[in-house]
Amino acid sequence: MKKEKKQVRDLAEFLQAECLVQGDLDREIQTGYVCDLLSWAMARLPEGAAWMTVMGNLNAVAVCSLKDGACIVLTDNAPLDKNAESRAETEGICILRVEQGAYETALRLGEWLREEEK
Amino acid sequence: MSALTFRYEVPGDDFTRAGEASSDVKRKLKQLGYSPEAVRKVAIAMYEGEINMVIHAGGGEAVVEMDPEEIRVTLRDQGPGIPDVEKAMQKGWSTAPDTVRNLGFGAGMGLPNIKKYTDELRIETEVGVGTTLYMKVFA
Repeated sequence: MKKEKKQVRDLAEFLQAECLVQGDLDREIQTGYVCDLLSWAMARLPEGAAWMTVMGNLNAVAVCSLKDGACIVLTDNAPLDKNAESRAETEGICILRVEQGAYETALRLGEWLREEEK
Repeated sequence: MSALTFRYEVPGDDFTRAGEASSDVKRKLKQLGYSPEAVRKVAIAMYEGEINMVIHAGGGEAVVEMDPEEIRVTLRDQGPGIPDVEKAMQKGWSTAPDTVRNLGFGAGMGLPNIKKYTDELRIETEVGVGTTLYMKVFA
């Protein structure tokens, strides 16, 4: 069955991720991106990307918001700062968390994104 | 038609508040109906500039002027100045301390990003006096 949009809520379910901040669960995911250097992500994070990182700080939320990323996926069970949590709530950015590392998570994201193309 | 002008104070050494000004500008530009592309460019360039002021200059002042044709952002600080602007414009060149790198900054992409996302950029800097960035993004 072909679904029209791949949303953040679907990804959360697929990854069986912990949802730390709900934000905009209806946001469409178009691609993925893996990076822990914020200024690098600031240059390259694609719009509508699920951003896999271990950076659970305030500035990561700001980068995701300014670059119009779809959501943040904290990998390796990385911690989320308290102030980052409240900023994400204000900015409407969904933050998910998974136990797997970025490589495993990106592989699964790729698999999930390609599902609809089949 | 005169430009809409907004002024912000950028706090020094306070990463919890860094990005507040650019987030606010992004919201305002959106509300005023600027193109998503222009909004993104201004927000990114200004955020990088803000972070630079927090890391290197102990804060400063941001002035944003919104015209129908263009958006002008001026970032002024009384920091240490940039001894070698050409070097600072190179991707990967950074003098950020380890404490800042631990936060995920210091990749040496700040000024290159600002250059990439602005239509015009002018840097006035003097060692020991401070730095002023004049950025322009066409609407």
